[in-house]
Amino acid sequence: MQAYLGILALVGLAAVICAVMVTLSWVLGPKKVTPYKSSTYECGVAPVGDSRERFPIKFYLVAILFILFDIEVVFLWSWMTVFKHSSMEFMRTSFISFLIYMSTFILGYLYVIRVNAFDWDETTSLEPAKLGEAVQES
Amino acid sequence: MDLSKLPVKPTPELGIFLLLAGIAMASAVGVIFFRNAIRSALCLVLNFFVLAFLYFTLNCEMLGIVQIVVYTGAIMVLFLFVIMLLNLGAIQTDKDEKLDIKLPVGIMLGLGLFSLIASQIVPQMIKIQTPKAPDNFGSPQAVGNTLFSNYLYPFEIASILLLVGIVGSILLAKRRLNP
Amino acid sequence: MIQWLQQLMEGFAKWPPIVQAVIRALLLVLPILTLVPGIIWYERRLLSWMQDRIGPNRVGNFRLPAHWKILPPGLRGRKFKLFGLLQPIADGVKLFFKEDVTPASVDRVIYFLAPALALFPAFALGATIPFGPYTLLTPVADVNIGVLYMLAISSLGVYGVVLGGYAGNNKYSLMGGLRSSAQLISYELSMGMSLAAIVLATGSLRMTDMVAMQEQPLWGMGGYGQIFQNWFILTPYGFISGIIFLVCMVAETNRAPFDLPEAENELIAGYHTEYSSMKFAVYFMGEYAAMFIFSAVFATVFLGGWNIVPINWGFLADNSPVLNGLFGFMKSMTIYLSPIWMVGKIIAGLTFYIWLRATLPRLRYDQLMSIGWRSMLPLATLNFMAVATWIFISARYGSAAGIGMWVVAGVVVFTLWRLLKSIDKGADLEVRTVKMVGGKPAPVVEVDPERVAEAVN
Repeated sequence: MQAYLGILALVGLAAVICAVMVTLSWVLGPKKVTPYKSSTYECGVAPVGDSRERFPIKFYLVAILFILFDIEVVFLWSWMTVFKHSSMEFMRTSFISFLIYMSTFILGYLYVIRVNAFDWDETTSLEPAKLGEAVQES
Repeated sequence: MDLSKLPVKPTPELGIFLLLAGIAMASAVGVIFFRNAIRSALCLVLNFFVLAFLYFTLNCEMLGIVQIVVYTGAIMVLFLFVIMLLNLGAIQTDKDEKLDIKLPVGIMLGLGLFSLIASQIVPQMIKIQTPKAPDNFGSPQAVGNTLFSNYLYPFEIASILLLVGIVGSILLAKRRLNP
Repeated sequence: MIQWLQQLMEGFAKWPPIVQAVIRALLLVLPILTLVPGIIWYERRLLSWMQDRIGPNRVGNFRLPAHWKILPPGLRGRKFKLFGLLQPIADGVKLFFKEDVTPASVDRVIYFLAPALALFPAFALGATIPFGPYTLLTPVADVNIGVLYMLAISSLGVYGVVLGGYAGNNKYSLMGGLRSSAQLISYELSMGMSLAAIVLATGSLRMTDMVAMQEQPLWGMGGYGQIFQNWFILTPYGFISGIIFLVCMVAETNRAPFDLPEAENELIAGYHTEYSSMKFAVYFMGEYAAMFIFSAVFATVFLGGWNIVPINWGFLADNSPVLNGLFGFMKSMTIYLSPIWMVGKIIAGLTFYIWLRATLPRLRYDQLMSIGWRSMLPLATLNFMAVATWIFISARYGSAAGIGMWVVAGVVVFTLWRLLKSIDKGADLEVRTVKMVGGKPAPVVEVDPERVAEAVN
């Protein structure tokens, strides 16, 4: 508890600094709003439609796979701190269960790679129907 | 004002707890009351972040940091992605819904449930000044030892569950591949 | 002098813990705040030197007035050059007073919140990094979860990016924010895995334990092998982890060659397209502060923390027949000036960043994803599992078997690599052709050299 005061103080300090930085320019700077200045920047062209459109599901897939792999590792962090200093018996059982655990991790990873979930190349994307027949050229 | 007559002694720990709990409560209320889904999600992020510090004050350091890693750092990012993916704006409500009977009934039921829980928990908590847990109660070492001795089976099952999650999410995203 | 410092420290230890905590936090944040302009100046000067330019060199040159009688005669009217060191400060002051253009279509609350959320993790990240062996002053909180705290806070950096992209209500910034957040979360995984190998080898998440572990004799050698320290970058697993961490660290700070969200020619400025004035500068500051802190993490975890070179001065001083005075002096210098060595390593890390920016072209997005998920993650995972196996074999069959395992692993990896190379002999280059439908080749424009020269002049 005592040690976490430092983190609390640092987090509080960082929050205060960030708030000051953001508000100070808003307070100090001049304000001359014109319609052209306050329009969305699109290289001088009037923007068409709202920008809050749907975006490709690939980003969503990356986020959810990140969560799953992240949680797999989270289970191991506490084990990493005890493995080296533990008794032989604990070491043996935990090492075997670690290997089983990692085998499912690797299985999941291989599946992800097998189905090209991270392939950003449009020709092999998740929805080939959208592109029609891929043209094979060499 | 005589501080000694208060049921709870004013200690620095109590001050920190009140600060953190206040922020957590305010952000939790914000989650419900903001009309904009993104702002609600941000309040939830703040709530989870402060909750981790509440865990720290209870000597549960591993739990607190896992709270930040998993919920604040990973799951809430996915929430934001989903909200942005669905393009949820502010909720549109009609003006004449104000006199809905559901609102007072809901508030009363909620208050009833809250008072029921509070009447069971608060009298026992009022005497506790400092957490009674030993210093290394929630340390990574303690969690690791317990996880790999008493809870080995659930631990392995969790890995299967996560594998199912990986396969399921990819199948959902790839659904249109095989018509 | 040293006694006076000791007395000061003893007095400091008696202050209330909350005051101590705030002072420790200030000792971390204020140097970062003051060093950020210096880092920007250093980057601009070094980059321009690498690109054969001059860079900012004017702001800060001044001449002392000739008529001031207070000054000694030698200084009157003398010119001083600061080599443009004040340029970033001048830019910062200017940015504070610039108009804060808030476009009409933005989500105002999130638009204000996003830069603050981008800067916040950069400052909060350094809480567990020790800058020297002074437990009272330097890790702001020497907690039992140091490395995990670092990972947790660095994962908050996604919010500043994704919300900045969302708030701008601009297609370019949304695209930049999405790309950047996918990049950040992808590389975070490999970063965690690379650190996991080190945590496993140390047996603790505490950063000070990691530094203490690196002060042990190299590879557990006895005898005169104890001269060298076991910096993790010098061990086989630590070397692989270090390289992975280095790549992930560059990707996490959105720096070249991973600066895809800021790919100017396709996305204008990525997620901060709509930001102006100090809000833009806050994003900028967050990037540089994160560079500083990530370099510090790299120095702590892989480069032996505050030690200057991987040599055990204490062992040398005790065991050498000559020069033990010199070695003893070096030992005390390592301890007393440790923050300077730490900052020196951080500057080396920053130089690495800038060098990368000057050397490598930007990656394509599919290349970036492919590197993160197909190279970095399996490499880090295998490395992590190899460390676990090594610890198990060393404990079960003795340390010689452990070393044997590393040799076997090295031979296996090398053979596999040669085998894969001999199988995969064909051209690995991707052929991408763009077929223009009914297009004509672009007409060749005749260029008159004289007219070009005229236009340039």
